[in-house]
Amino acid sequence: MALRKVLGTETEYGIMVRNQPDFNPMLASLHLINAYPGNRAQVKWSFAEESPGRDARGFGPRGSLPSGIESALVNLVLPNGARLYVDHAHPEYSTPECSNPRDVARFDKAGERVMSDAVATARSTMPQEERMYVYKNNSDGKGRSYGAHENYLVPRAVPFGEIVRHMTGFLVTRQIYTGSGKVGSENGRPEVFYQLTQRGDFFEAEVGLETTLKRPIINTRDEPHADSSKYRRLHVILGDSNMAEPQTFLKIGATALILCALEDGALGHPIALEDATSAVWRVSHALDLTEPVKLDNGRTLTPIDAQWQYLEWAKDYLHGSDLDDVYGEVVSLWEEVLTDLEVDPMRCADRLDWVAKLQLLEGFRARDHLKWSDPKLHLVDLQYHDVDPERGLYYQLVAAGKIRRLFSDSEISDASTNPPTDTRAYFRGRSVEKFRDALVSANWDALVFETGEEVLKRVPMMDPFRGTKDLVDDLLEESETPADLLRVLEGADG
Amino acid sequence: MAEQERERGRSSEDGTDTAVPEDQLAHPGEELTGRIDDLLEEIDFVLEDNAEEFVKNYVQKGGQ
Repeated sequence: MALRKVLGTETEYGIMVRNQPDFNPMLASLHLINAYPGNRAQVKWSFAEESPGRDARGFGPRGSLPSGIESALVNLVLPNGARLYVDHAHPEYSTPECSNPRDVARFDKAGERVMSDAVATARSTMPQEERMYVYKNNSDGKGRSYGAHENYLVPRAVPFGEIVRHMTGFLVTRQIYTGSGKVGSENGRPEVFYQLTQRGDFFEAEVGLETTLKRPIINTRDEPHADSSKYRRLHVILGDSNMAEPQTFLKIGATALILCALEDGALGHPIALEDATSAVWRVSHALDLTEPVKLDNGRTLTPIDAQWQYLEWAKDYLHGSDLDDVYGEVVSLWEEVLTDLEVDPMRCADRLDWVAKLQLLEGFRARDHLKWSDPKLHLVDLQYHDVDPERGLYYQLVAAGKIRRLFSDSEISDASTNPPTDTRAYFRGRSVEKFRDALVSANWDALVFETGEEVLKRVPMMDPFRGTKDLVDDLLEESETPADLLRVLEGADG
Repeated sequence: MAEQERERGRSSEDGTDTAVPEDQLAHPGEELTGRIDDLLEEIDFVLEDNAEEFVKNYVQKGGQ
Protein backbone atom coordinates (compact mmCIF):
# COMPACT_ATOMS: atom_id res chain seq x y z
CA MET A 1 0.00 0.00 0.00
CA ALA A 2 1.21 3.46 -0.86
CA LEU A 3 2.79 5.64 1.77
CA ARG A 4 0.42 8.12 3.37
CA LYS A 5 1.33 11.40 1.73
CA VAL A 6 2.76 14.31 3.66
CA LEU A 7 2.00 17.40 1.59
CA GLY A 8 2.62 21.11 1.53
CA THR A 9 3.18 24.21 -0.58
CA GLU A 10 5.79 26.98 -0.58
CA THR A 11 4.70 30.26 -2.12
CA GLU A 12 6.79 33.26 -3.06
CA TYR A 13 4.67 36.40 -3.23
CA GLY A 14 5.26 39.46 -5.41
CA ILE A 15 5.82 42.76 -3.60
CA MET A 16 5.78 46.44 -4.59
CA VAL A 17 5.70 49.79 -2.83
CA ARG A 18 4.09 52.59 -4.83
CA ASN A 19 5.64 56.07 -4.69
CA GLN A 20 8.77 54.90 -2.88
CA PRO A 21 11.70 56.19 -4.94
CA ASP A 22 14.33 53.91 -3.38
CA PHE A 23 12.11 50.81 -3.37
CA ASN A 24 14.13 47.72 -2.59
CA PRO A 25 12.20 44.43 -2.71
CA MET A 26 14.40 42.76 -0.12
CA LEU A 27 13.93 45.55 2.40
CA ALA A 28 10.22 45.77 1.62
CA SER A 29 9.88 42.00 2.18
CA LEU A 30 11.75 42.33 5.46
CA HIS A 31 9.47 45.14 6.53
CA LEU A 32 6.41 43.10 5.59
CA ILE A 33 7.42 39.93 7.43
CA ASN A 34 8.51 41.82 10.55
CA ALA A 35 5.17 43.63 10.53
CA TYR A 36 3.18 40.40 10.82
CA PRO A 37 1.00 41.13 13.84
CA GLY A 38 0.14 37.57 14.83
CA ASN A 39 1.86 35.33 17.33
CA ARG A 40 5.18 33.95 16.07
CA ALA A 41 8.64 32.86 17.08
CA GLN A 42 11.59 34.49 15.40
CA VAL A 43 14.24 31.83 14.95
CA LYS A 44 17.35 30.96 13.08
CA TRP A 45 16.60 28.47 10.34
CA SER A 46 19.06 25.63 10.55
CA PHE A 47 19.86 22.97 8.02
CA ALA A 48 22.05 20.69 10.09
CA GLU A 49 22.54 17.06 9.14
CA GLU A 50 20.15 15.04 11.17
CA SER A 51 20.51 11.69 12.81
CA PRO A 52 17.24 10.02 13.57
CA GLY A 53 16.30 10.16 17.24
CA ARG A 54 13.99 7.47 18.42
CA ASP A 55 11.65 7.18 21.31
CA ALA A 56 7.99 6.40 21.69
CA ARG A 57 7.12 9.73 20.12
CA GLY A 58 9.93 9.82 17.61
CA PHE A 59 11.87 12.35 19.67
CA GLY A 60 15.23 12.13 21.34
CA PRO A 61 17.49 14.47 23.29
CA ARG A 62 20.40 16.19 21.62
CA GLY A 63 22.69 18.63 23.33
CA SER A 64 24.57 20.20 20.47
CA LEU A 65 24.03 23.27 18.35
CA PRO A 66 22.97 22.77 14.77
CA SER A 67 25.96 22.98 12.47
CA GLY A 68 24.60 25.27 9.77
CA ILE A 69 22.46 28.39 9.81
CA GLU A 70 20.75 29.52 6.64
CA SER A 71 21.33 33.14 5.82
CA ALA A 72 17.72 34.16 5.14
CA LEU A 73 17.07 37.66 6.42
CA VAL A 74 14.28 36.84 8.78
CA ASN A 75 12.54 33.63 9.75
CA LEU A 76 9.32 33.30 11.63
CA VAL A 77 7.66 30.10 12.71
CA LEU A 78 3.94 30.54 13.23
CA PRO A 79 1.65 28.82 15.71
CA ASN A 80 0.02 26.98 12.80
CA GLY A 81 3.38 25.30 12.14
CA ALA A 82 4.08 27.33 8.98
CA ARG A 83 7.27 29.18 8.06
CA LEU A 84 7.08 32.87 7.10
CA TYR A 85 10.28 34.43 5.80
CA VAL A 86 12.16 36.46 3.25
CA ASP A 87 13.62 34.40 0.42
CA HIS A 88 15.91 36.53 -1.72
CA ALA A 89 13.68 39.39 -2.84
CA HIS A 90 10.30 37.85 -2.04
CA PRO A 91 8.19 37.25 1.03
CA GLU A 92 7.49 33.53 1.29
CA TYR A 93 5.05 31.37 3.19
CA SER A 94 5.41 27.60 3.54
CA THR A 95 2.43 25.67 4.82
CA PRO A 96 2.86 23.28 7.70
CA GLU A 97 3.10 19.61 6.78
CA CYS A 98 -0.40 18.36 5.97
CA SER A 99 -1.74 14.81 5.82
CA ASN A 100 -4.31 15.46 3.07
CA PRO A 101 -5.04 17.81 0.15
CA ARG A 102 -7.96 19.49 1.88
CA ASP A 103 -5.67 20.67 4.65
CA VAL A 104 -3.14 21.92 2.10
CA ALA A 105 -5.84 24.05 0.45
CA ARG A 106 -6.86 25.40 3.86
CA PHE A 107 -3.36 26.20 5.10
CA ASP A 108 -2.34 27.60 1.71
CA LYS A 109 -5.30 29.99 1.89
CA ALA A 110 -4.32 30.84 5.48
CA GLY A 111 -1.01 32.02 4.01
CA GLU A 112 -2.88 34.70 2.08
CA ARG A 113 -4.55 35.76 5.33
CA VAL A 114 -1.16 35.98 7.03
CA MET A 115 0.19 38.12 4.17
CA SER A 116 -2.83 40.42 4.13
CA ASP A 117 -2.58 40.90 7.93
CA ALA A 118 1.11 41.69 7.52
CA VAL A 119 0.55 44.14 4.68
CA ALA A 120 -2.19 45.98 6.60
CA THR A 121 0.18 46.45 9.55
CA ALA A 122 3.14 47.38 7.35
CA ARG A 123 1.05 50.04 5.58
CA SER A 124 0.09 51.62 8.88
CA THR A 125 3.76 52.29 9.62
CA MET A 126 4.59 53.80 6.21
CA PRO A 127 4.36 57.42 5.00
CA GLN A 128 0.91 58.32 3.64
CA GLU A 129 1.97 58.63 0.03
CA GLU A 130 3.66 55.22 -0.04
CA ARG A 131 1.61 52.10 -0.40
CA MET A 132 2.66 48.46 -0.22
CA TYR A 133 1.10 45.76 -2.42
CA VAL A 134 1.50 42.00 -2.12
CA TYR A 135 0.43 39.60 -4.86
CA LYS A 136 -0.03 35.85 -4.86
CA ASN A 137 1.00 35.41 -8.49
CA ASN A 138 4.09 34.04 -10.21
CA SER A 139 5.23 36.53 -12.81
CA ASP A 140 5.74 40.26 -13.21
CA GLY A 141 4.74 40.06 -16.87
CA LYS A 142 8.21 41.21 -17.87
CA GLY A 143 10.11 37.96 -17.92
CA ARG A 144 10.65 37.34 -14.22
CA SER A 145 8.96 34.47 -12.42
CA TYR A 146 8.86 33.42 -8.78
CA GLY A 147 7.67 30.16 -7.56
CA ALA A 148 4.79 28.15 -6.35
CA HIS A 149 6.25 24.88 -5.18
CA GLU A 150 4.49 21.73 -4.02
CA ASN A 151 5.95 19.00 -1.85
CA TYR A 152 5.02 15.33 -1.76
CA LEU A 153 6.64 12.73 0.49
CA VAL A 154 7.33 9.53 -1.45
CA PRO A 155 9.15 6.34 -0.43
CA ARG A 156 12.80 6.18 -1.34
CA ALA A 157 12.06 2.71 -2.73
CA VAL A 158 10.29 4.16 -5.78
CA PRO A 159 13.02 4.56 -8.42
CA PHE A 160 13.42 8.19 -9.40
CA GLY A 161 13.40 7.18 -13.07
CA GLU A 162 9.86 5.86 -12.64
CA ILE A 163 8.78 9.19 -11.18
CA VAL A 164 10.25 11.00 -14.18
CA ARG A 165 8.65 8.56 -16.66
CA HIS A 166 5.18 8.91 -15.23
CA MET A 167 5.03 12.40 -13.75
CA THR A 168 6.38 14.41 -16.70
CA GLY A 169 3.31 13.86 -18.89
CA PHE A 170 1.03 14.31 -15.89
CA LEU A 171 2.54 17.63 -14.78
CA VAL A 172 2.58 19.06 -18.30
CA THR A 173 -1.06 18.21 -19.04
CA ARG A 174 -2.48 19.06 -15.59
CA GLN A 175 -1.82 22.72 -16.46
CA ILE A 176 -5.34 22.82 -17.91
CA TYR A 177 -6.67 22.85 -14.33
CA THR A 178 -3.67 24.19 -12.37
CA GLY A 179 -3.12 27.47 -14.24
CA SER A 180 -3.94 30.88 -12.78
CA GLY A 181 -4.03 32.57 -16.20
CA LYS A 182 -1.89 35.34 -17.65
CA VAL A 183 -2.28 38.13 -20.18
CA GLY A 184 0.43 37.80 -22.83
CA SER A 185 3.55 35.65 -23.00
CA GLU A 186 7.15 36.00 -21.80
CA ASN A 187 10.61 34.54 -21.98
CA GLY A 188 10.77 34.59 -25.77
CA ARG A 189 7.72 32.37 -26.29
CA PRO A 190 5.36 33.08 -29.21
CA GLU A 191 2.97 35.94 -28.56
CA VAL A 192 -0.49 35.17 -27.27
CA PHE A 193 -3.24 37.38 -25.88
CA TYR A 194 -3.89 35.18 -22.90
CA GLN A 195 -2.69 31.82 -21.62
CA LEU A 196 -3.63 29.22 -19.02
CA THR A 197 -0.67 29.62 -16.69
CA GLN A 198 1.63 32.14 -15.06
CA ARG A 199 4.65 29.82 -15.11
CA GLY A 200 4.40 27.78 -18.34
CA ASP A 201 6.63 30.13 -20.33
CA PHE A 202 9.54 29.59 -17.93
CA PHE A 203 10.35 25.87 -18.22
CA GLU A 204 13.42 24.98 -20.22
CA ALA A 205 14.52 21.50 -19.19
CA GLU A 206 12.95 18.11 -18.48
CA VAL A 207 14.91 17.11 -15.40
CA GLY A 208 17.32 19.10 -13.25
CA LEU A 209 18.31 20.59 -9.93
CA GLU A 210 17.76 24.25 -10.79
CA THR A 211 14.77 26.27 -9.60
CA THR A 212 15.75 29.79 -10.70
CA LEU A 213 17.46 29.26 -14.07
CA LYS A 214 16.69 26.72 -16.75
CA ARG A 215 13.75 25.53 -14.67
CA PRO A 216 13.02 21.79 -15.11
CA ILE A 217 9.67 19.99 -15.30
CA ILE A 218 10.95 17.46 -12.77
CA ASN A 219 13.10 18.99 -10.05
CA THR A 220 15.71 16.72 -8.53
CA ARG A 221 16.27 18.51 -5.24
CA ASP A 222 16.67 15.62 -2.82
CA GLU A 223 16.04 17.03 0.60
CA PRO A 224 13.38 14.93 2.28
CA HIS A 225 13.34 16.79 5.64
CA ALA A 226 12.84 13.30 7.04
CA ASP A 227 14.71 10.00 7.21
CA SER A 228 16.47 9.99 3.86
CA SER A 229 16.93 6.23 3.86
CA LYS A 230 13.14 5.84 3.78
CA TYR A 231 11.83 8.92 2.03
CA ARG A 232 12.35 11.40 -0.71
CA ARG A 233 10.44 14.62 -1.21
CA LEU A 234 9.15 15.25 -4.70
CA HIS A 235 9.53 19.00 -5.17
CA VAL A 236 7.13 20.08 -7.92
CA ILE A 237 7.98 23.48 -9.36
CA LEU A 238 5.78 23.37 -12.48
CA GLY A 239 2.59 24.89 -11.14
CA ASP A 240 0.97 28.22 -10.33
CA SER A 241 -0.10 29.75 -7.04
CA ASN A 242 -3.85 29.46 -6.97
CA MET A 243 -6.39 31.77 -5.40
CA ALA A 244 -9.41 29.51 -5.88
CA GLU A 245 -9.66 26.98 -3.06
CA PRO A 246 -11.12 24.15 -5.19
CA GLN A 247 -8.22 24.54 -7.59
CA THR A 248 -5.53 24.13 -4.91
CA PHE A 249 -7.45 21.13 -3.58
CA LEU A 250 -7.66 19.53 -7.03
CA LYS A 251 -4.04 20.31 -7.94
CA ILE A 252 -2.59 18.77 -4.79
CA GLY A 253 -5.13 15.96 -4.55
CA ALA A 254 -4.81 14.71 -8.12
CA THR A 255 -1.01 14.83 -7.96
CA ALA A 256 -0.87 13.00 -4.62
CA LEU A 257 -3.27 10.36 -5.91
CA ILE A 258 -1.25 9.75 -9.06
CA LEU A 259 1.89 9.40 -6.92
CA CYS A 260 0.16 6.82 -4.72
CA ALA A 261 -0.98 4.91 -7.80
CA LEU A 262 2.55 5.05 -9.17
CA GLU A 263 3.97 3.64 -5.93
CA ASP A 264 1.53 0.75 -6.09
CA GLY A 265 2.18 0.03 -9.77
CA ALA A 266 -1.37 1.01 -10.73
CA LEU A 267 -0.56 3.33 -13.62
CA GLY A 268 -0.62 1.97 -17.15
CA HIS A 269 2.00 2.56 -19.80
CA PRO A 270 3.53 6.03 -19.23
CA ILE A 271 2.23 8.87 -21.38
CA ALA A 272 5.65 9.85 -22.71
CA LEU A 273 5.93 13.16 -24.51
CA GLU A 274 8.20 13.60 -27.51
CA ASP A 275 9.29 17.10 -26.48
CA ALA A 276 8.04 17.76 -22.97
CA THR A 277 9.79 21.09 -22.58
CA SER A 278 8.05 22.78 -25.49
CA ALA A 279 4.82 20.96 -24.61
CA VAL A 280 4.74 22.99 -21.36
CA TRP A 281 4.21 26.31 -23.09
CA ARG A 282 2.23 24.83 -25.98
CA VAL A 283 -0.34 23.44 -23.56
CA SER A 284 -0.36 26.70 -21.62
CA HIS A 285 -0.91 28.73 -24.79
CA ALA A 286 -3.82 26.69 -26.16
CA LEU A 287 -6.93 28.22 -24.62
CA ASP A 288 -9.28 25.82 -26.34
CA LEU A 289 -7.37 22.91 -24.75
CA THR A 290 -7.21 21.04 -28.05
CA GLU A 291 -3.51 21.56 -28.78
CA PRO A 292 -2.31 18.01 -29.40
CA VAL A 293 0.86 17.01 -27.59
CA LYS A 294 3.17 14.66 -29.46
CA LEU A 295 3.97 11.35 -27.82
CA ASP A 296 7.25 9.56 -28.29
CA ASN A 297 5.45 6.75 -30.16
CA GLY A 298 4.48 9.18 -32.92
CA ARG A 299 0.86 9.54 -31.84
CA THR A 300 -0.72 12.68 -30.44
CA LEU A 301 -3.04 13.33 -27.53
CA THR A 302 -4.84 16.44 -26.30
CA PRO A 303 -4.01 17.47 -22.73
CA ILE A 304 -7.60 16.88 -21.77
CA ASP A 305 -7.53 13.31 -23.10
CA ALA A 306 -4.28 12.69 -21.27
CA GLN A 307 -5.95 13.87 -18.07
CA TRP A 308 -8.96 11.60 -18.69
CA GLN A 309 -6.50 8.71 -18.85
CA TYR A 310 -4.81 9.70 -15.59
CA LEU A 311 -8.23 10.10 -13.97
CA GLU A 312 -9.29 6.64 -15.12
CA TRP A 313 -6.14 5.10 -13.63
CA ALA A 314 -6.68 7.06 -10.42
CA LYS A 315 -10.31 5.93 -10.12
CA ASP A 316 -9.50 2.28 -10.68
CA TYR A 317 -6.70 2.53 -8.17
CA LEU A 318 -8.77 4.33 -5.55
CA HIS A 319 -11.51 1.71 -5.80
CA GLY A 320 -9.30 -0.96 -4.31
CA SER A 321 -7.24 1.18 -1.95
CA ASP A 322 -7.70 2.22 1.66
CA LEU A 323 -6.80 5.87 1.08
CA ASP A 324 -8.51 8.62 3.03
CA ASP A 325 -12.09 9.42 1.89
CA VAL A 326 -10.94 12.87 0.86
CA TYR A 327 -9.47 11.33 -2.30
CA GLY A 328 -12.99 10.35 -3.33
CA GLU A 329 -13.82 14.06 -3.31
CA VAL A 330 -10.69 14.75 -5.34
CA VAL A 331 -11.77 12.27 -8.01
CA SER A 332 -15.31 13.73 -8.17
CA LEU A 333 -14.02 17.26 -8.59
CA TRP A 334 -11.44 16.13 -11.14
CA GLU A 335 -14.14 14.42 -13.24
CA GLU A 336 -16.47 17.38 -12.96
CA VAL A 337 -13.75 19.81 -14.03
CA LEU A 338 -12.64 17.72 -17.02
CA THR A 339 -16.25 17.29 -18.14
CA ASP A 340 -16.88 21.03 -17.95
CA LEU A 341 -13.59 21.94 -19.61
CA GLU A 342 -14.52 19.67 -22.48
CA VAL A 343 -18.00 21.12 -22.97
CA ASP A 344 -17.04 24.77 -22.44
CA PRO A 345 -14.05 25.90 -20.35
CA MET A 346 -16.03 28.96 -19.18
CA ARG A 347 -18.15 26.59 -17.10
CA CYS A 348 -15.17 26.34 -14.76
CA ALA A 349 -15.17 30.07 -13.93
CA ASP A 350 -16.35 29.22 -10.41
CA ARG A 351 -13.48 26.79 -9.72
CA LEU A 352 -10.40 27.66 -11.79
CA ASP A 353 -8.44 30.91 -11.62
CA TRP A 354 -7.51 31.00 -15.30
CA VAL A 355 -11.15 30.79 -16.30
CA ALA A 356 -12.41 33.23 -13.66
CA LYS A 357 -9.78 35.76 -14.74
CA LEU A 358 -10.54 35.25 -18.43
CA GLN A 359 -14.21 35.84 -17.76
CA LEU A 360 -13.40 39.17 -16.09
CA LEU A 361 -11.05 40.17 -18.90
CA GLU A 362 -13.60 39.30 -21.57
CA GLY A 363 -16.20 41.27 -19.64
CA PHE A 364 -14.03 44.40 -19.63
CA ARG A 365 -13.02 43.90 -23.25
CA ALA A 366 -16.63 43.67 -24.37
CA ARG A 367 -17.88 46.54 -22.22
CA ASP A 368 -15.01 48.99 -22.81
CA HIS A 369 -14.01 47.79 -26.29
CA LEU A 370 -10.44 47.14 -25.14
CA LYS A 371 -7.65 45.59 -27.15
CA TRP A 372 -5.63 42.88 -25.44
CA SER A 373 -2.70 45.26 -25.28
CA ASP A 374 -4.66 47.68 -23.08
CA PRO A 375 -2.92 48.33 -19.74
CA LYS A 376 -6.22 47.98 -17.94
CA LEU A 377 -6.30 44.29 -18.82
CA HIS A 378 -2.78 43.83 -17.47
CA LEU A 379 -3.92 45.55 -14.30
CA VAL A 380 -6.92 43.23 -13.97
CA ASP A 381 -4.52 40.29 -14.42
CA LEU A 382 -2.24 41.60 -11.65
CA GLN A 383 -4.89 42.79 -9.25
CA TYR A 384 -6.74 39.47 -9.41
CA HIS A 385 -3.94 38.24 -7.13
CA ASP A 386 -3.81 41.15 -4.65
CA VAL A 387 -3.96 39.61 -1.15
CA ASP A 388 -5.84 42.63 0.22
CA PRO A 389 -9.42 41.39 0.62
CA GLU A 390 -10.75 44.89 -0.13
CA ARG A 391 -8.82 45.24 -3.40
CA GLY A 392 -8.04 41.79 -4.72
CA LEU A 393 -10.30 40.94 -7.66
CA TYR A 394 -10.42 37.27 -6.69
CA TYR A 395 -12.00 38.42 -3.43
CA GLN A 396 -14.47 40.58 -5.34
CA LEU A 397 -15.55 37.55 -7.34
CA VAL A 398 -15.88 35.48 -4.17
CA ALA A 399 -17.97 38.20 -2.50
CA ALA A 400 -20.25 38.24 -5.54
CA GLY A 401 -20.68 34.47 -5.28
CA LYS A 402 -18.85 33.82 -8.55
CA ILE A 403 -16.11 31.58 -7.15
CA ARG A 404 -16.74 28.55 -4.96
CA ARG A 405 -15.12 28.25 -1.60
CA LEU A 406 -14.29 25.12 0.34
CA PHE A 407 -13.82 26.87 3.67
CA SER A 408 -15.47 29.56 5.78
CA ASP A 409 -13.59 32.68 6.86
CA SER A 410 -13.45 31.33 10.39
CA GLU A 411 -11.89 28.06 9.19
CA ILE A 412 -9.18 30.07 7.42
CA SER A 413 -8.67 32.25 10.44
CA ASP A 414 -8.36 29.14 12.58
CA ALA A 415 -5.79 27.70 10.15
CA SER A 416 -3.64 30.80 10.46
CA THR A 417 -3.23 30.22 14.21
CA ASN A 418 -3.71 26.49 14.83
CA PRO A 419 -1.61 23.67 13.35
CA PRO A 420 -2.81 20.48 11.66
CA THR A 421 -3.30 17.90 14.41
CA ASP A 422 -2.00 14.85 12.57
CA THR A 423 1.58 15.66 11.58
CA ARG A 424 4.71 16.88 13.36
CA ALA A 425 3.59 20.44 12.53
CA TYR A 426 1.38 20.08 15.61
CA PHE A 427 4.39 19.91 17.93
CA ARG A 428 6.09 22.82 16.15
CA GLY A 429 3.01 25.02 16.19
CA ARG A 430 2.13 24.34 19.81
CA SER A 431 5.74 24.92 20.84
CA VAL A 432 5.53 28.36 19.23
CA GLU A 433 2.25 29.00 20.99
CA LYS A 434 3.53 28.01 24.41
CA PHE A 435 7.31 28.46 24.46
CA ARG A 436 8.09 30.90 21.69
CA ASP A 437 10.69 32.85 23.68
CA ALA A 438 12.67 29.69 24.30
CA LEU A 439 12.86 28.69 20.62
CA VAL A 440 16.19 29.71 19.12
CA SER A 441 16.39 27.65 15.99
CA ALA A 442 14.12 25.55 13.84
CA ASN A 443 13.96 23.46 10.73
CA TRP A 444 11.27 21.19 9.32
CA ASP A 445 12.83 18.27 11.15
CA ALA A 446 14.06 19.81 14.43
CA LEU A 447 13.49 22.49 17.06
CA VAL A 448 16.20 23.90 19.32
CA PHE A 449 15.24 25.24 22.75
CA GLU A 450 17.03 27.47 25.24
CA THR A 451 15.99 26.02 28.58
CA GLY A 452 18.22 28.00 30.92
CA GLU A 453 20.78 25.23 31.09
CA GLU A 454 24.33 25.47 29.74
CA VAL A 455 23.61 23.78 26.44
CA LEU A 456 20.83 24.36 23.97
CA LYS A 457 18.47 21.43 23.66
CA ARG A 458 17.64 20.01 20.30
CA VAL A 459 14.48 18.04 19.57
CA PRO A 460 14.76 16.07 16.33
CA MET A 461 11.48 15.42 14.52
CA MET A 462 12.58 13.13 11.73
CA ASP A 463 9.26 11.37 11.35
CA PRO A 464 6.58 13.66 9.87
CA PHE A 465 3.85 11.43 11.34
CA ARG A 466 5.08 11.87 14.94
CA GLY A 467 4.60 14.96 17.06
CA THR A 468 0.85 14.71 16.43
CA LYS A 469 -1.82 15.90 18.82
CA ASP A 470 -2.50 12.35 20.00
CA LEU A 471 1.16 11.82 20.83
CA VAL A 472 2.23 15.13 22.38
CA ASP A 473 -0.80 17.03 23.66
CA ASP A 474 -0.65 15.66 27.23
CA LEU A 475 3.08 16.24 27.35
CA LEU A 476 2.72 19.86 26.24
CA GLU A 477 -0.15 20.41 28.66
CA GLU A 478 1.84 19.09 31.60
CA SER A 479 5.01 21.03 30.82
CA GLU A 480 4.98 24.44 32.42
CA THR A 481 8.41 25.42 31.15
CA PRO A 482 10.59 24.39 28.20
CA ALA A 483 12.87 22.70 30.74
CA ASP A 484 9.95 20.52 31.88
CA LEU A 485 9.25 19.57 28.29
CA LEU A 486 12.84 18.64 27.57
CA ARG A 487 13.16 16.66 30.81
CA VAL A 488 10.25 14.46 29.84
CA LEU A 489 11.54 14.00 26.30
CA GLU A 490 15.00 13.07 27.54
CA GLY A 491 13.51 10.69 30.09
CA ALA A 492 11.45 9.03 27.39
CA ASP A 493 14.54 8.52 25.30
CA GLY A 494 16.57 7.06 28.15
CA MET B 1 0.25 24.32 -34.81
CA ALA B 2 3.20 26.68 -34.91
CA GLU B 3 1.20 28.47 -37.58
CA GLN B 4 -1.67 28.83 -35.17
CA GLU B 5 0.57 30.29 -32.50
CA ARG B 6 1.93 32.85 -34.92
CA GLU B 7 -1.54 33.81 -36.02
CA ARG B 8 -2.63 34.30 -32.47
CA GLY B 9 0.37 36.44 -31.80
CA ARG B 10 -0.28 38.72 -34.69
CA SER B 11 -1.82 41.44 -32.52
CA SER B 12 1.66 42.23 -31.21
CA GLU B 13 2.88 45.41 -29.60
CA ASP B 14 1.63 47.79 -32.25
CA GLY B 15 -1.90 47.20 -31.04
CA THR B 16 -3.40 46.31 -34.40
CA ASP B 17 -5.62 43.50 -33.35
CA THR B 18 -7.28 43.06 -36.69
CA ALA B 19 -5.70 39.87 -38.01
CA VAL B 20 -7.65 37.36 -35.94
CA PRO B 21 -11.06 37.94 -34.45
CA GLU B 22 -10.14 37.89 -30.83
CA ASP B 23 -13.41 36.41 -29.70
CA GLN B 24 -12.39 33.18 -31.38
CA LEU B 25 -9.75 32.75 -28.70
CA ALA B 26 -12.16 31.69 -26.06
CA HIS B 27 -15.83 31.07 -25.99
CA PRO B 28 -17.07 32.95 -22.96
CA GLY B 29 -20.64 32.94 -24.19
CA GLU B 30 -22.86 35.99 -24.15
CA GLU B 31 -24.68 34.63 -21.17
CA LEU B 32 -21.69 34.49 -18.85
CA THR B 33 -20.24 37.88 -19.80
CA GLY B 34 -23.68 39.42 -19.46
CA ARG B 35 -23.97 38.18 -15.93
CA ILE B 36 -20.78 39.83 -14.72
CA ASP B 37 -21.55 43.34 -16.00
CA ASP B 38 -22.81 44.53 -12.60
CA LEU B 39 -19.68 43.23 -11.01
CA LEU B 40 -17.47 45.09 -13.49
CA GLU B 41 -18.89 48.36 -12.21
CA GLU B 42 -17.98 47.44 -8.67
CA ILE B 43 -14.51 46.45 -9.78
CA ASP B 44 -14.05 49.82 -11.50
CA PHE B 45 -14.13 51.34 -8.02
CA VAL B 46 -11.32 49.21 -6.63
CA LEU B 47 -9.01 49.07 -9.67
CA GLU B 48 -5.81 51.01 -9.09
CA ASP B 49 -5.53 54.41 -10.77
CA ASN B 50 -3.35 54.95 -13.79
CA ALA B 51 -3.19 51.35 -14.99
CA GLU B 52 -0.34 51.94 -17.41
CA GLU B 53 2.04 53.41 -14.86
CA PHE B 54 0.99 50.94 -12.19
CA VAL B 55 1.63 47.89 -14.35
CA LYS B 56 4.88 49.32 -15.69
CA ASN B 57 6.22 49.78 -12.18
CA TYR B 58 5.47 46.25 -11.13
CA VAL B 59 8.92 44.78 -11.65
CA GLN B 60 10.13 41.83 -9.60
CA LYS B 61 13.44 40.16 -9.11
CA GLY B 62 13.33 36.62 -10.41
CA GLY B 63 12.76 33.98 -7.77
CA GLN B 64 12.50 30.22 -7.73
